Amino acid sequence: MAKAVEAKKFSGTPGQIRQQRVERAGAIAISAIAAVWMLANLIKAPEQFAQVAISGLRNGLIYALIALGYTLVYGIIELINFAHGDLFMLSAVFSSFFITYWMGAEESNGYGWFAFGLCLIAVMIFGAVINVLIERLAYRRLRHAPRLAPLITAVGMSFLLNFVGLKWNGSTPRQWPTVIPSGDINIGEVRISMITVWLFLVGFPLLLALNYLVTNTKQGKAMRATSQDRDASTLMGINVNKTIAFTFALGGAMAGAAGLLYQQSIGTTSYNLGFQLGLIAFTSAVLGGIGNLWGAVVGGLLIGLIQGLNDGLPIAFGQQWSQSVVFTILIIILVFKPAGLLGKAVTEKV
Amino acid sequence: MSAMLEVKNIEVAYGKIIAVKDISVTVNNGEIVTLIGSNGAGKSTTLRTISGLIKPKSGEITFNGKRIDGMPGHEIVGMGICHSPEGRRIFPRMTVKENLELGAFLRNDKSAVNADMERVLDLFPRLKERIKQTAGTMSGGEQQMLAVSRALMGDPKLLLLDEPSMGLAPVLVELIFDTIVKIRKQGITILLIEQNATAALEVADRAYVLESGKVKMSGSAKELSADDKVTKAYLGH
Repeated sequence: MAKAVEAKKFSGTPGQIRQQRVERAGAIAISAIAAVWMLANLIKAPEQFAQVAISGLRNGLIYALIALGYTLVYGIIELINFAHGDLFMLSAVFSSFFITYWMGAEESNGYGWFAFGLCLIAVMIFGAVINVLIERLAYRRLRHAPRLAPLITAVGMSFLLNFVGLKWNGSTPRQWPTVIPSGDINIGEVRISMITVWLFLVGFPLLLALNYLVTNTKQGKAMRATSQDRDASTLMGINVNKTIAFTFALGGAMAGAAGLLYQQSIGTTSYNLGFQLGLIAFTSAVLGGIGNLWGAVVGGLLIGLIQGLNDGLPIAFGQQWSQSVVFTILIIILVFKPAGLLGKAVTEKV
Repeated sequence: MSAMLEVKNIEVAYGKIIAVKDISVTVNNGEIVTLIGSNGAGKSTTLRTISGLIKPKSGEITFNGKRIDGMPGHEIVGMGICHSPEGRRIFPRMTVKENLELGAFLRNDKSAVNADMERVLDLFPRLKERIKQTAGTMSGGEQQMLAVSRALMGDPKLLLLDEPSMGLAPVLVELIFDTIVKIRKQGITILLIEQNATAALEVADRAYVLESGKVKMSGSAKELSADDKVTKAYLGH
């Protein structure tokens, strides 16, 4: 009897079934530990819990926007674009100069909003153009080269952008005024800053728009086809070069938006932002299942949430352990689900 | 009959390795023409050159009087040359339906595309049953049917078929060749590559025998299947 039930739940060869059982047991164990930890904190300090969760998710949204760029590019040409984090950094610096110096907007008023809106468009174009240029100049010619060649080129590109950022921003972190109103919204005892609210109001529609574009438009279909077989895509009449460039443009635009949102919410820029946030964002993409759009979003939000909870809760390791906690959880999850949370190991007949 | 496709003295190389030394092939409107020859004779390379996946080092290719060598592959499809490539090359992580829709990627006439979808599904009822299945999980034969159908979805004037019977069970081979004849009856010109030379010569009007990158013989399918050298080398009698 028990055997028949099991056969329904798990399928495949004995080895696969064992693997599935291990995965399930691991998932249950991790979830149980996480649940106990969160529950203990929730009972001890419920308002604080909600507050740090929200601020964690806010950071997570920025990770998610950057992670999308990694995952889009990896999905289509299987390249880890190391320069992507630095593109985000340049976008943050661009936004600072655009709003504060070029537009001269320093406080939250009608003009400030106008500058913010204009900057959102400008920085998305900025990110897209730079990313397309990088692809055109550095990666395209290496598409048929051994894999290490584009990889090391991406590392080089990262240093190059880093250097531009160093010259543009200066070697020390810079403080900037924000044009987003500074007040809070109170729901019971929980305070949510206006900055958080606006971040979600701008960031979330972008995620939905991107997802719509990839799943429901002709251009999106061309992207998915190109990611599976370039020659076959050409035979369908798809312009593969244009499709890959378009993918870089999308990823760049998302990094651009993330740069603006980061700069406006944190208020500080520095030339090495790209390395710090880029690494976390790349981790998000891997955690969610690289190549999978919603995986990048889930991974980003999850890492933001874990960081937020760990940094702000009474029973936790605290901020100095932030990275260690994130990467420990990453390793544990990958041991049980090597393809990431939403990634699927696809079986294909040959 | 007028020449639809003219391949004149093309030379094609992958890096330093020359795959096609000097091949000239003509396909007339409404014909089935087959290229036969052993592995490495340059058959697939010739097809890949026609559809623009590789550029020839020299020679020219004209389609309905227009030079197409050097044109990017995705534009050649738009002129009406659809290619069912070697090894099927379907999109494994998409459904059968999505694969067929991609075959019609360049077409904007929705009702005509839907009509063609019906038509190819009538040719291969097996695909109709599996319309929502992920293509990579189908059997080899079904994937082959999908590859041919997908090429037909592009509304071709000229259909390039690379080894459509490769690795298939004898029953399926027969089905594929029957379908090739049906496709021609619908007014589509076909350039066919086959290892199974006997079957290919049965359905073809004319044939070219390729050997190490050159045309060794050519003529009507009837003449060639009666030729001693051809029967010995390729038909195995």
